[in-house]
Amino acid sequence: MNRATIPVISGVLFGAGVCVSGMVRPSKVLGFLDLGGSWDATLVFVMASALVLHALAWRLVKKLTGPRFGTAFPPPASSKIEAKLVAGAALFGVGWGISGYCPGPAVVSVLSGSTASFVFVATMLAGMLAFDRTNADG
Amino acid sequence: MDIPMHDFTPIRALVGGVLIAASLALMLIGTGRIAGLSGIFAGILRGKAGDTAWRVWFVVGMLAAGLLFRVVEPQVFDHEARVPLWAIALSGALVGIGTRASNGCTSGHGLCGMSRPSKRSIVATMVFFGVGVVTATLVGHLVRGV
Repeated sequence: MNRATIPVISGVLFGAGVCVSGMVRPSKVLGFLDLGGSWDATLVFVMASALVLHALAWRLVKKLTGPRFGTAFPPPASSKIEAKLVAGAALFGVGWGISGYCPGPAVVSVLSGSTASFVFVATMLAGMLAFDRTNADG
Repeated sequence: MDIPMHDFTPIRALVGGVLIAASLALMLIGTGRIAGLSGIFAGILRGKAGDTAWRVWFVVGMLAAGLLFRVVEPQVFDHEARVPLWAIALSGALVGIGTRASNGCTSGHGLCGMSRPSKRSIVATMVFFGVGVVTATLVGHLVRGV
């Protein structure tokens, strides 16, 4: 199996998933986040079905010795809660709440012809680059 | 129709959720990688030898799916944002910095981490959802002129 096969298939599945679910559309994400508008519970259903299934994947990982096409499974999760984690999540929340875009769906819609998604992805990548360049440990 | 639909679409939501989980699970079980999207993009920008190609291939797959939907079902995309472009630009910068500082986004913390379950991801997800709800509700009041 080619090294590109699994990532490409996973990328297509992810792209199709956010398109089918409606999460590629910021108006639908904001329909959930904005309590003052006509509220839309779609996001909860997407998260819930994905969470249940992915929890099963983690259980399967515990039973296997290693990935078939990789070196090792991820090490145990760290439980250290630092200020950086909370502050970063808060900044992300502000950005997400303004536009309704989060990184995955925004990139999926870049070729849709939407100017907003293009602008969002450009400044998002600039923000990532700026942060990682100024934080050696990041 | 250019009017975005706000209708609650539970079946599509469940099917989409299954596809998203299949994507993350295939990466995890097949290659041992946690496919958080902000992490994938940041890794491409980092360009570390031996750790970049798989990320690029993942993005190629995502973009291909986006293009396919543009052709077969273009109405899945929004073509108008509710805030001006300068606000979209600000939002992108905040999401870029925030997801690097907290090391994850909706997929990495919200799905991969929460389902593990990782304490850090649960905290991060509660924070970005809480702040996201407050921000979107405030911005919603502003754009509706209430």
